[in-house]
Amino acid sequence: MKSVEVTNLGIALGHGAKAVNILPDVSFTVEQGECFGLVGESGSGKSTVLRCISLLLEHWRGTVKIGGASVRDMGVIERCRTVQMVFQDPYGSLHPRHSVRTVLYEPLRIHNLDRRQERMEQALRDVGLPISFLDRFPHQLSGGQRQRVAIARALILEPDVLLLDEPTSALDVSVQAEILNLLSDLRARRGYTYILVSHDLAVVDYMCDRFAVMRSGEIVEVLDRAALENNSATHDYARELISASIAYDRAS
Amino acid sequence: MVLPHDTILDVGKLSVSYRSDTGYVDAVRNISFSLGREKLGIVGESGSGKSTVGRALLRLLPTARITADRLDFQGQPLLELSEKQMLDIRGRRMSMILQDPKFSLNPIRRVGDQVAEAYLIHFKCSKAEARAKAMSMLEAVQIRDPQRVYDLYPHEVSGGMGQRIMIAMMLLTDPDVVIADEPTSALDVTVRLQVLGILDDLVSQRGIGLIMISHDLNLVRNFCDRVLIMYAGQVVESLKASEMESARHPYTQGLLAAQPRIGGSRAPLSVLDRKPEWEIPLEGAA
Repeated sequence: MKSVEVTNLGIALGHGAKAVNILPDVSFTVEQGECFGLVGESGSGKSTVLRCISLLLEHWRGTVKIGGASVRDMGVIERCRTVQMVFQDPYGSLHPRHSVRTVLYEPLRIHNLDRRQERMEQALRDVGLPISFLDRFPHQLSGGQRQRVAIARALILEPDVLLLDEPTSALDVSVQAEILNLLSDLRARRGYTYILVSHDLAVVDYMCDRFAVMRSGEIVEVLDRAALENNSATHDYARELISASIAYDRAS
Repeated sequence: MVLPHDTILDVGKLSVSYRSDTGYVDAVRNISFSLGREKLGIVGESGSGKSTVGRALLRLLPTARITADRLDFQGQPLLELSEKQMLDIRGRRMSMILQDPKFSLNPIRRVGDQVAEAYLIHFKCSKAEARAKAMSMLEAVQIRDPQRVYDLYPHEVSGGMGQRIMIAMMLLTDPDVVIADEPTSALDVTVRLQVLGILDDLVSQRGIGLIMISHDLNLVRNFCDRVLIMYAGQVVESLKASEMESARHPYTQGLLAAQPRIGGSRAPLSVLDRKPEWEIPLEGAA
């Protein structure tokens, strides 16, 4: 599996005088097989970082290297087989009129892979869904099942890096537990590299080895998981965020 | 359970069913509770019927079938009131704080006018009086510069401020019951505690009965006095927030265990293994 290196990543939206520098300058590295968290308030730019890495946004500055190779130099085919993304809302990220089979078949066709039926069945098994679900449509699935399909879609191309954009924040706590278990189990078995965006520090604590605290597009501090429990962050904002989360977790 | 003195709202065997193609589907089945001047939490997963309860209390479900043995609000049977009488209750004596200020404030009206409107509708007064009332209420929800904020539009305020404006609007008429439906789930954790703190202060100062509807067990146990746990349209367990750890219903226990905690173990989180008998409420719950 591959490491991720982000150096001086920056992006501005808008033109001329109205341009807003939403990510001034972001750098961080993720070891191979690591789960790296990005946390911060809404609007702090954490999802934008993922969108830049996956080239859903293209006009950024700086370099992003996955396994030593720049994502810009990869062709679209190679890039999609290296990095895949799971989005926040499983109600919005699956086409309502495409069956699970269509959803999983499309990447196999585009990438011209063999053993398609076998791969689709394997992908469903990996995310803990029965094979019969291939013929279901999104409205016939619960939120947790939809998110499993979205994860299966990301895994079917056997990528090295998974970008997880708030993968459980639209789900109930009980379903969140299932999806988090699935994600950590997959990482343990296959050694994927994860970059997980979340606003929930309890989730980050459960999943990640290290995490970066973001504010207004900048990384204010990169911390170890251990820093959460006793709040050993040094930056004021990181301390504030962690103590608010701890207060919320254990309050009263 | 011993009824709290001074009961404001008394609900007995409330059921709500929604109309569907094939007949009526039960969303809420036989739930009973009473509310005094306290903070009552209703927790459950999506689809458990918790929001339906809140809406049924305000009779905001025109197409649903609502039945109850008792649905008394300060002695008045809510189900027997005419729509006209309900208008005097909604927003005046019982009001509702909704989840996301982005969607529940009118985008093309100044926020201050929207707050003042709540007062103008229910009280005989001049516009200037309503404006002054709204202004002082905005101050009460700790908006630092109410003169400036009054003239802003919803897109110009942050989520936390928007939710404080909603709280101001709902408390301005001095209601007896406030139903808060996921009041902080759209907010960041740093502003969440602040908004909850403001709500808590105002509710306790004014002796309002608060029903807090949420999927977040953590929030409810820290914020409320009592908690009802809903599963599949029923209240399966009812307990004091401080005694949450000693919950007896397997569903409640499952929800507590599924929550990752900061500094907690990294062993696989326990997941719910749903069983049909969970739909049977614990004795004394309903």
